[in-house]
Amino acid sequence: MRLTHLSLGSAVLALLTTASAFAAEGAIDTKRLHPKAVEFSFEGPFGTYDRGALQRGYQVYKEVCAACHAVEHLAFHNLAEPGGPEFTEAQTRALAAAAKVPAEPNDRGETTDDKGTTLTRSATLADHLPAPFPNENAARANNNNSLPPDLSMIVKAREGGAAYVYSILTGFHEKAPTGFKVTEGKYFNPYFEGWNISMPPPLNANSVTYSDGTKATIEQEAHDVVTFLAWAAEPKMEERKRVGFGVIIFLIALAGLLYAAYRKVWADKH
Amino acid sequence: MSGPSTYKPNSGFERWLDVRLPLPRLLHDTIHTFPTPRNLNIWYTFGGILTFCLAVQIVTGIVLAMHYVANAGLAFNSVESIMRDVNYGWLIRYMHANGASMFFLAVYIHMFRGLYYGSYKAPRELIWIIGVLIYLLMMATAFFGYVLPWGQMSFWGATVITNLFSAIPVVGTHIATWLWGDFAVGDATLNRFFSLHYLLPFIIAGVVGLHIWALHVPGNNNPLGIDVKSPQDTVPFHPYYTVKDAFYLTLFVILFAGFVFYAPEFFGNADNNIPANPLVTPPDIVPEWYLLPFYAMLRSIPNKLLGVIVMGGAIVTLVFLPWLDTSRVRSCRFRPLMKQFFWAFVVACVLLGYCGSQSVDAVKFGIPMVWVARVASLYYYAFFWLILPIVGLIETPKKLPASIAQSVLGDSAAAPAE
Repeated sequence: MRLTHLSLGSAVLALLTTASAFAAEGAIDTKRLHPKAVEFSFEGPFGTYDRGALQRGYQVYKEVCAACHAVEHLAFHNLAEPGGPEFTEAQTRALAAAAKVPAEPNDRGETTDDKGTTLTRSATLADHLPAPFPNENAARANNNNSLPPDLSMIVKAREGGAAYVYSILTGFHEKAPTGFKVTEGKYFNPYFEGWNISMPPPLNANSVTYSDGTKATIEQEAHDVVTFLAWAAEPKMEERKRVGFGVIIFLIALAGLLYAAYRKVWADKH
Repeated sequence: MSGPSTYKPNSGFERWLDVRLPLPRLLHDTIHTFPTPRNLNIWYTFGGILTFCLAVQIVTGIVLAMHYVANAGLAFNSVESIMRDVNYGWLIRYMHANGASMFFLAVYIHMFRGLYYGSYKAPRELIWIIGVLIYLLMMATAFFGYVLPWGQMSFWGATVITNLFSAIPVVGTHIATWLWGDFAVGDATLNRFFSLHYLLPFIIAGVVGLHIWALHVPGNNNPLGIDVKSPQDTVPFHPYYTVKDAFYLTLFVILFAGFVFYAPEFFGNADNNIPANPLVTPPDIVPEWYLLPFYAMLRSIPNKLLGVIVMGGAIVTLVFLPWLDTSRVRSCRFRPLMKQFFWAFVVACVLLGYCGSQSVDAVKFGIPMVWVARVASLYYYAFFWLILPIVGLIETPKKLPASIAQSVLGDSAAAPAE
């Protein structure tokens, strides 16, 4: 509910107050910075997801983010649906077949082999994208006791949305101001509340190799994966805007007719 | 209802029905020939708009309930499944979620309109009081509904609101436990809230029936606040007000559609897209916008029990409104002093809403928001318990027009009739 639409001006102001608070008390206000100003293809009433960005974004997710983060609400068939990355069915089947998901119990009712390793099978279009960890405890055990959040809703679940996620991904590599001490085992990121983030810088130049020849800078990778995650959070957005356009045109026409009828009916009563 | 019935059964079947179950006669008298003041303005279209809102909420809600799972472990994902897997589920859910905001937007305009034109004054006291009851039921329904997606704000909102009951001395904690069905907000709470969320709209529909019935006995008030004196003052409801209501309803639906299709998360809270987690408290627990003024009152009082009393009292106060206003003139058009206090009251309510949306220790322009909320809360109470009784006694109202017809036709005539 809180609509904190800060402008660039107030971001500067926030920095200034940060600086003055620092000067006055020697302590730093570690309130998160306003997200960077970044444009996306899906903004505005007619914005759609950039297909190329969605496909590249999926690649970034799969090759980088998926090591720690799940997208539990996405199934492989979603990747082929209209309004999404729109991989062909053959491509999507291949992507699914390459992924391993926990197998159903075999003929002897076993889900693990003799050594206790979980049995797996190739995914199908109906399967959801596999999660990197079987449960929260396993995720924490592998991440210095931090829990990497599920990413399927992340763009809708954070104030600032896509720009916020983009700012986090590109907000490492900045030097912490003098006097701010990064907590042991954490990383400095001024776009994250408290400035200490548990996630190590996830993206580097050429973290992925794009097949369409796009140069894989950190900004490009972040922009692509944020587009993908925005779609993951709101997969029906294109359909919604399209239907909405027709509905509103219809309503305006209806309002026009009703207004004419209203004037005519009331003509002799005013 | 108002005056003798003018219904004439036209066919054999209608005559047969008329002496057994005179439903056509009821409809004819209430939505066709019903004499309605000819000077109703745009603010009088919100009654019809509210009926539409209730219908939208019930229809979309019934469809959502076909797919929703009221279980603490499954609720969040079932809502996401509606958004992703159910055909047009996103549309139904966004209509329902934004429909609640539209419903409250319309009800606030409707209430302020009643306040401005004195529609609560004799002989319309019961219409107002039944309206307050509807408003209370709406708030309860909206609160239960907000809990159902079982996101972080659902869970913690439910925790904060149900904990208010624990402020009651001696039995408070027992009441809270009884409401929860557990020792904390959990699966049992979610289930009963779903049950009540499904029940209350039908009770609202019934009470709306009483509201309209009570309206149809004295008939509509009007912007002049004077009584209907002759048939010249009225027009039949159909087609005059059916067409006018339909036009303004359509404009309202355009606004509604704007939110549903182009800003569906505008009224939402990002935190409610995170599944409920009893171990992690969100930094700011904020209710939906339509409850913010009361939330601000609650938080502006340092004592919990007193805060709850002040908040509840603000709503209970509304019930006494018809007898707190001592003026014999209904409409603020003819009450120069009251008009100013009325607009100050609107500003106080908006300010309270703003304060409720800020964190408790927020300071704007060097002013602590909690003090703004305190002053506004004080004005809220003063408006009803001091200003309304006193101003009615000391104010000299402007001269009332002789009749509605004279006022309307006099305005359009070349020479103003006096």
